[in-house]
Amino acid sequence: MKYSYYPGCTLKNKAQDLDRYARLSAAALGFELEEIPEWQCCGGVYPLGTDEIATKLSSVRALNHAKEQGQDLITLCTACHHVLKRVNDDMKNNEDISTRANNYMQLDEPYKGETSVKHFLEVLRDEIGFDELKSKVVKPLEGKKIGAYYGCLVLRPGKILEFDDPENPKIMEDFIRALGGEPVIYPYRNECCGAYTSLKDGGISQERTKLIFDSSSGFGADMLITACPLCMYNLNKSEADSKVPVYYFTELLAEALGVKEGE
Amino acid sequence: MQRIGVFVCHCGSNIAATVDVKKVVELVRYEPGVVFADDYMYMCSEAGQEKIIEAIKENKLTGLVICSCSPRMHEKTFRACAEKAGLNPYMVEIANIREQCSWIHKDREEATEKAVILARAAIAKVNLNTPLQEGESPVIKRALVIGGGIAGIQTALDIADAGYPVDIVEREPSIGGRMSQFDKTFPTLDCASCILTPKMVEVNQHPNITLYTYSEVEGVAGYVGNFEVQIKKKARSVDMAACTGCGECQAKCPLGKMGKIPSEFDRGLKNRPAIYMPFAQAVPAVPVIDRENCTYFKTGKCGVCAKICPSKAINYEQEDEIVTEKYGAIVVATGFDIINLDKYGEYAYNESPDVITSIELERLMNAAGPTGGHLERMSDHKQPKDIVFIQCVGSRCDDEKGKPYCSKVCCMYTAKHAMLIKDHWPDTNVTVFYIDVRTPGKNFDEFYRRAVEQYHVNYIKGQVGKVIPQPDGSLMVQGVDLLDNKQIMKKTDMVVLAAAIEPNKGVRKIATMLTASIDNNDFLTEAHAKLRPVESPTAGIFLSGMAQGPKDIPETVSQAGAAAVKVVGLLAKDKLKTNPCTAKCDPMFCNGCSTCANVCPYGAITYEDQLVRGPGVNETRRVAIVNNALCQGCGACTTACPSGAMDLQGFSNRQITTEVDAICQ
Repeated sequence: MKYSYYPGCTLKNKAQDLDRYARLSAAALGFELEEIPEWQCCGGVYPLGTDEIATKLSSVRALNHAKEQGQDLITLCTACHHVLKRVNDDMKNNEDISTRANNYMQLDEPYKGETSVKHFLEVLRDEIGFDELKSKVVKPLEGKKIGAYYGCLVLRPGKILEFDDPENPKIMEDFIRALGGEPVIYPYRNECCGAYTSLKDGGISQERTKLIFDSSSGFGADMLITACPLCMYNLNKSEADSKVPVYYFTELLAEALGVKEGE
Repeated sequence: MQRIGVFVCHCGSNIAATVDVKKVVELVRYEPGVVFADDYMYMCSEAGQEKIIEAIKENKLTGLVICSCSPRMHEKTFRACAEKAGLNPYMVEIANIREQCSWIHKDREEATEKAVILARAAIAKVNLNTPLQEGESPVIKRALVIGGGIAGIQTALDIADAGYPVDIVEREPSIGGRMSQFDKTFPTLDCASCILTPKMVEVNQHPNITLYTYSEVEGVAGYVGNFEVQIKKKARSVDMAACTGCGECQAKCPLGKMGKIPSEFDRGLKNRPAIYMPFAQAVPAVPVIDRENCTYFKTGKCGVCAKICPSKAINYEQEDEIVTEKYGAIVVATGFDIINLDKYGEYAYNESPDVITSIELERLMNAAGPTGGHLERMSDHKQPKDIVFIQCVGSRCDDEKGKPYCSKVCCMYTAKHAMLIKDHWPDTNVTVFYIDVRTPGKNFDEFYRRAVEQYHVNYIKGQVGKVIPQPDGSLMVQGVDLLDNKQIMKKTDMVVLAAAIEPNKGVRKIATMLTASIDNNDFLTEAHAKLRPVESPTAGIFLSGMAQGPKDIPETVSQAGAAAVKVVGLLAKDKLKTNPCTAKCDPMFCNGCSTCANVCPYGAITYEDQLVRGPGVNETRRVAIVNNALCQGCGACTTACPSGAMDLQGFSNRQITTEVDAICQ
């Protein structure tokens, strides 16, 4: 199986691990990530202004490229996923935005949201299947108590992201179980880390990440996993006493599949 | 040729504001057959009806067209009025120019044009109307009540006291319903079982009441006055006549001690054996074996209950039994449940045992409940020192996650819970998060104010965003105080959710069997929201209790009584008039192909050999016969009949095509 792959800027510098281990794991699981040529930054934040289409065009280009290839579009960074999925929803359901974007793009055939945008975790759940994944694990993460940290971008708004139940998600817990680890369910796993406020005022994300670490450690997590480079940044900057190591989910995946030391 | 009178109603401004009534009168005056046309402010009023009667007599009218509201509203009124003047009631047609015209249009000219078209269609039809005679059908003097909660119990008692036999069908092993789970009742704080149990016993002993517990309605046939109902009596595995209700079997069942089967009655807060009575005061006091969990039924081994039963009442061989009984009227009293809280992950109901629903709290505070009435946390069995109540969990919800309506009883039962807790354990800190406090009802607001003023319950206007279980076992409640415009983070020991009420899951199946309509929320619909609130639009079906909408116990009991009166009114009649608009077969065209019988939902069509005589025909052949008592006039056979032999009286094929022609002119 071949997918169009949108890595996004962060995965090319700060979050190279998220990208590298995903590629190694995908190869081990038998699917291919075909990076979209000349992809452009998604903007990092979904633009809420409805009178401006310029900020949505880079997403539309990536989405349309996948459509032309006849492939689903795979993302890893939750911020990119959030932006691409919501822009795709606009192109499908918001006639005003869709018409203006298409007028500007002058594509051979107008783009109407045909591409299916999937997060890497959704591919594992819906295409590969966690049972199948479990059977491919060579180094199970036995005895590891792992807290899944979802953050908010990949869950909300639930009706558009359609990723999992935003109040009580379980996809990452099922993922941890498939790798042989023990998921730790804690109430702050779907709470915000402070996001971009850390650029202006570190105080908010310090407060938020302390709550996250206190709660996850309190319920016994030895480590956290995340799919979000921004969450990773804020969690790493945390000065909480209860801090535990944080990994990208793909690193644990590659480790369990025995391909961590690959090319 | 008919002599038709057309009467156009203003309905105050309901019609006249959008439809130029005078213009309609002028335009229909010269339609074929019309000899008289007039308008009036309120045609349905006594003066309006007098006008019609007078016009019939003066102009020797043979048919009437009333341009007014929906026939559902006043067809009966105008038919009776025509009959008073000596006209056959089926010579009256209604042109609905209110619901289907004035109420839905804004443009006066267009609406007037449409009203004229609707009137023309009705006039065209009346030109072809023929007088029809109503038949009669007998009334079976027995009523069925589906559901044995307080609504069903009260309805059955009232019907039985009036002298008519009643059967109650209850799905659970005992009657009593939700009310039997409650601790105290608002606003008087009297104990629920103290006022319910005597009624349960009365039902059991009443000579006019037959109880079918652990039973379900399986099929319904027939029509008002003459229903035939199949009741499935599920195998209890206990002989009801032999059992003395001693309780030995429950005490000795090995599964009772293993604690694997959660008690439905105690909402899963306690376990029960495989052979069980839901609660001590169960009526009938005869246990049932839950065959899905019973070791004997699963493996063939055990049989302890049969061995120890002193009266040899255990019968593993018992089978489900179908009873068929006839009824004149059916009351639906299927009650309610609370919504499933899986979609409300933010309140951590599934994650924390110390987040409970209000019904679970009722069980926890009940002296006969799982903790003997001692309020404790399910996680560590410690008494909570701080309790938070969250209102409107799924009620008044603006998305599909919850329900759009107010569940009506939560504000009052929460005030009750808060006061009872403060009364028993005055040191407990009680907080209530609410959107609005709604306490209309006799002595209701006084009751709520007592909770605030006398018991110092802390009411906070604002919703809770999240309940956060803490590693130390406590709960953090994150909410907002709207009056103070502040975010609140409150540590507590126990959270109680006022989950929205919804109709009992089984009601859909029952409504389908009865062809009784339900609304978007699965509540049963009334025949008229204001004027016929305890009747279903389906004749002979009556509504009682929460199945029709959220209501408290006093309201339920009032409605139960009202439904009983309606049932008694029906059963008191010896005969009912039947609708003469039934199907009729013209043997001349019928070749007995059976197509009509195959589509008839009421089993009203049979066949017999008849001598058919006509131009060029003189033979005996198989033709269709319609049983007028069974036929409901749905018209399915008339469209299915390949030779055009079937026709519906009052809605003949010719009448309908003429109406369509008149509209398309």
